[in-house]
Amino acid sequence: MAFVALGGSTAAKKQAPKKAGRVALLLLLPGIAYLGLFFLTPLFSLILTSLKTPSASGDIGRYDYAVEFGNYLFAVEQYMPQILRSFMFALIATVVALAISYPLAYFIAVKARNKPLLKGLLLTLVIAPFFISMLLRTFAWKQIFSNDSWIVNTLKSFGIFGTDSYIIGTDFAVIFGLVYNFIPFMTLPIFSNLDRLDLRLLEASGDLYANPITTFRKITFPLSLPGVISGTLLTFIPISGDYVVASRDFLGGPDTAMIGNVVEANFLRIQDYPTASALSVLLMAAIVILVSAYVRRSGTDDLL
Amino acid sequence: MSIDFGAGGKDLELVGLRKEFPGFVAVENLDLKVPAGQFFALLGPSGCGKTTTLRMIAGLENPTSGKILIGGKDVIDLKPHERPVNTVFQNYALFPHMSVIENVAFGLRQRKVDDPMVKAQAALDMVELGHMAERRPAQLSGGQQQRVALARALVNRPALLLLDEPLGALDLKLRRQMQIELKYIQMEVGLTFLHVTHDQEEAMDMADIVAVMNKGQIEQMGAPEKLYDRPKTAFVAKFLGQSNIFVGEVSETNSEAVSINFKGNKITAPVARSEKTTGKIAIGVRPEKTQFHATKPEATSTNNVLGPGEITDIRFTGVSNQYLIDIPEIGEIIVFAQNVGKSPVVELGAQVWVSWQVEHSFGLADLPTGKEDA
Repeated sequence: MAFVALGGSTAAKKQAPKKAGRVALLLLLPGIAYLGLFFLTPLFSLILTSLKTPSASGDIGRYDYAVEFGNYLFAVEQYMPQILRSFMFALIATVVALAISYPLAYFIAVKARNKPLLKGLLLTLVIAPFFISMLLRTFAWKQIFSNDSWIVNTLKSFGIFGTDSYIIGTDFAVIFGLVYNFIPFMTLPIFSNLDRLDLRLLEASGDLYANPITTFRKITFPLSLPGVISGTLLTFIPISGDYVVASRDFLGGPDTAMIGNVVEANFLRIQDYPTASALSVLLMAAIVILVSAYVRRSGTDDLL
Repeated sequence: MSIDFGAGGKDLELVGLRKEFPGFVAVENLDLKVPAGQFFALLGPSGCGKTTTLRMIAGLENPTSGKILIGGKDVIDLKPHERPVNTVFQNYALFPHMSVIENVAFGLRQRKVDDPMVKAQAALDMVELGHMAERRPAQLSGGQQQRVALARALVNRPALLLLDEPLGALDLKLRRQMQIELKYIQMEVGLTFLHVTHDQEEAMDMADIVAVMNKGQIEQMGAPEKLYDRPKTAFVAKFLGQSNIFVGEVSETNSEAVSINFKGNKITAPVARSEKTTGKIAIGVRPEKTQFHATKPEATSTNNVLGPGEITDIRFTGVSNQYLIDIPEIGEIIVFAQNVGKSPVVELGAQVWVSWQVEHSFGLADLPTGKEDA
């Protein structure tokens, strides 16, 4: 479908007089100015900061301009576990969110297609969490999972948990919180894709001797890939940089820190700005590389 | 799972097939037999239950009651993918993410047939799209997509091929061309075709047997020419072509002919061509079997005469002219006259008499309700 849209727009461009081009540029200006001011400038400043060296005066939190690539080496050496953990958590949370969201989106978009009331209700339930601040919701989970909570007590009374066991601060709690927070971001793109799925294609597949499992594997899933890709990107990228859920103030503990937490600590507590900046740049570069490899590999160019 | 594929087509039998939807009955106790290797058309207006019938045969809809036998075996408990039928869908339903040849090979791959690509290519060659194999469906025209859909179904050599108004989306010229191709392919492969359509010309043109369906029931079934020549109900008379229909009480009857009194005029039909010979009955005649005359023809025992009336409309359709003649007290009569230079030259407003041979009359089993054209 993309080539149709592209073909249309280039044709329109050719026909359009130069005046229209100027209007288009004028319309783009606010966006470009905004991006220049609030994206490119901080990015530039971030890269500059990441190359600074400690001030000659020896004051804590003061740095001089330099080209110190060693900062990157230091950041990687020092925080390798957190970097790996970030991507591991993001990967696991994305996969779990996909496993939960896909059937949910499928049910809303396909099974409830002719039941507007049920469909509306389910969609509202998916979106409803957005009405409450993410911080509050995450904090609520901290209460639910806290050491004296009924969940922990029940688990202990059944002997599933030892008396000194806990949930808060574990990998499980962090991944759970991440999955919970990002399920709508996974569900909605998949839903909007499956909502447009032509059910007659599934009938045609059955008519051509494919059983329901094969039909899903060969027709439904490949056709929903654009939604799955959008959903996984919308979850994986923000999760990789998330610093709320894994923080000790929320569901995390000393052993669950992700890059976001390290960056936060370096910027705000240790005041090691170059290391924090270097980590940020590394995180961004890693995400760009991972995502472009992922999008290319999934080969959805002609589906998007 | 093993699907029984015959070398050629198999016969299809529907026994007391019934489908109820909440609030209405879509198909009412349908009994039907389609002999193997035949091109069978299920003809009817939209909403008559023909597509529901087709979907039940394909397994996409569960019948409320009744049996569906393909080659003598009841398939009612089989899932769609377990039935030896293939469907050419109305909107083609080609898989947009697969190339044309992958679409055609899909069914073969599911059944683990040897050399699916070779067979798919052969099927594409048959519909003259061999050179388009690597394209995506969206890159083809409507007629080409239709042929891919046909190849995708035919390549599986199903015992029964179902066609759900597959030509509906094509323009007239392409539709005529595809009708000829479809008929040719059917004769070549010898499969049983069940074609659902609302286009009476298409049905008569292509099918060996036509079943006219109305309100969930089959009104009449038979060879197209027989159905056209002797419709048995007012619906068939009006839906399959056009008819002039006259209703009246039977006034005279003997072993040869039955006559009615139609508003003071005697209209006669052969007993052999009448469904009923007592009480109030309807007698009809096809417009092309009627003639008009500038002077009053003599009424005999072998013809029916009505008139005089005024010509209120003339439509030129190329091979024939269609005249609408309004006879006071009687109503409007349609007359088709071939443009072969034999019919009298008449103008709008001319006064004429209408006549036709008794042997062309047909007596109907029911009376027209006036809603047949709807």
